[in-house]
Amino acid sequence: MKINKNVSISENGFVFNPTTGESFTVNPIGVEIINMIKMHSPEEEIKKFILEKYATDSSGFDKDFYDFIQMLKSYNLFDEENEENEN
Amino acid sequence: MKKKYCIAVTGLNAIDSPGPGISVIRGIRDSKDFDCRIIGFAYESLEPGIYMHDIIDKTYQIPYPSSGTDALMERLNYIHATEGLDVIIPNFDAELYSFIKLEPKLKEMGIKVFLPTLEQFEERHKVNLPKFGQKYNIRVPFSREIFSSNEIYGLSKDFTYPLVVKGKYYDAYIAYSAEQAINYFGKISSKWGLPIVIQEFIKGTEYNVIGLGDGKGNTIAAVPMRKQYITDKGKAWGGITIEDKDLLKITDSFLSQTKWRGGFELEMMKSPKNEYFLLEINPRIPAWVYLAVGAGQNIPEAVVKLALGEEVEPFKTYQTGKMFVRYSWDMIVDLDDFQKISTFGEL
Repeated sequence: MKINKNVSISENGFVFNPTTGESFTVNPIGVEIINMIKMHSPEEEIKKFILEKYATDSSGFDKDFYDFIQMLKSYNLFDEENEENEN
Repeated sequence: MKKKYCIAVTGLNAIDSPGPGISVIRGIRDSKDFDCRIIGFAYESLEPGIYMHDIIDKTYQIPYPSSGTDALMERLNYIHATEGLDVIIPNFDAELYSFIKLEPKLKEMGIKVFLPTLEQFEERHKVNLPKFGQKYNIRVPFSREIFSSNEIYGLSKDFTYPLVVKGKYYDAYIAYSAEQAINYFGKISSKWGLPIVIQEFIKGTEYNVIGLGDGKGNTIAAVPMRKQYITDKGKAWGGITIEDKDLLKITDSFLSQTKWRGGFELEMMKSPKNEYFLLEINPRIPAWVYLAVGAGQNIPEAVVKLALGEEVEPFKTYQTGKMFVRYSWDMIVDLDDFQKISTFGEL
């Protein structure tokens, strides 16, 4: 997973994609997850962090995390080209 | 001491479908390299720019393009004798033909313009877009011109609905049926004449690029923008600069191949497959030019310098994520001002 390197995210959850000009807002958990993805944290590490900090369980996290990632992908916030190259 | 130039600008209709004049003037006034006296050229007595005395020093009415180049020349002779014009920046598609034709005469008078050649102007015309795309290897939607509303029912051979009905200079509507297309045909042709262009509808997101070519194939300026807020007339009321290498590549390719001279706007549509289609080339500076100025590329200033024969270094960068948000403003105008422009044709 690699967030497009041009995408900027502010502390209060404002996400801006300079390639498309689109902007979005995410909640504080979303900010934490995006920042961890930007720091190249693997999914397991993100999961551990969220489960320790918030009142959710493993299957709840998996479902919500998958939805969130799909949403980021659909808004072209992932650098899928480089991701494919890496794979 | 800075030089002072007398610069005339058209397109003072800062209305809901705005002319570029006021934004062009703001760019020129931002110049740190020269001072200016700004002369407004107006067609109608209620163009808002006429009454913006802090932006425009004096305004003259000029004849409509339909009056022909002789009438325009006569008026320009009078204005030049009074003002001593250095540069004219025309900002309407419909008047460009006259100013391009008059360029040699204006040059003799010491007035400079920086415009495309007549061939460039004609070649990029909406009705010639398919040929243009083929010649320069730029993806364009399929289109054809029609001269009568009777031709609309026969369009189903080449098109599927929805399709886009376009005027030769301005206006475009999406028609979902032949009846709607006939209605738009009448609406546009009564305003802008014939032919009407029927264009394939491309679904996607609209992006625009403002640019400036030096006439030798070089890109002097290029800034891509995504419209964020679109009026019912399809005009951008808010927009944001973006970073898109593909759009800049298309712009460079357009300029290096055509050797376009002057300001322009590329209207592009990005399909869901991430393919860009060129919908239209506007052969002049668009109304949102001040966004480019704000993002670091003062195109109006560069146009003045190029017109005056000065060397202009190409802009290399601009700020992405710069936005413009347009607004409307009610000016209070004295009847006396309205009376002067209506009666004497100058204010």
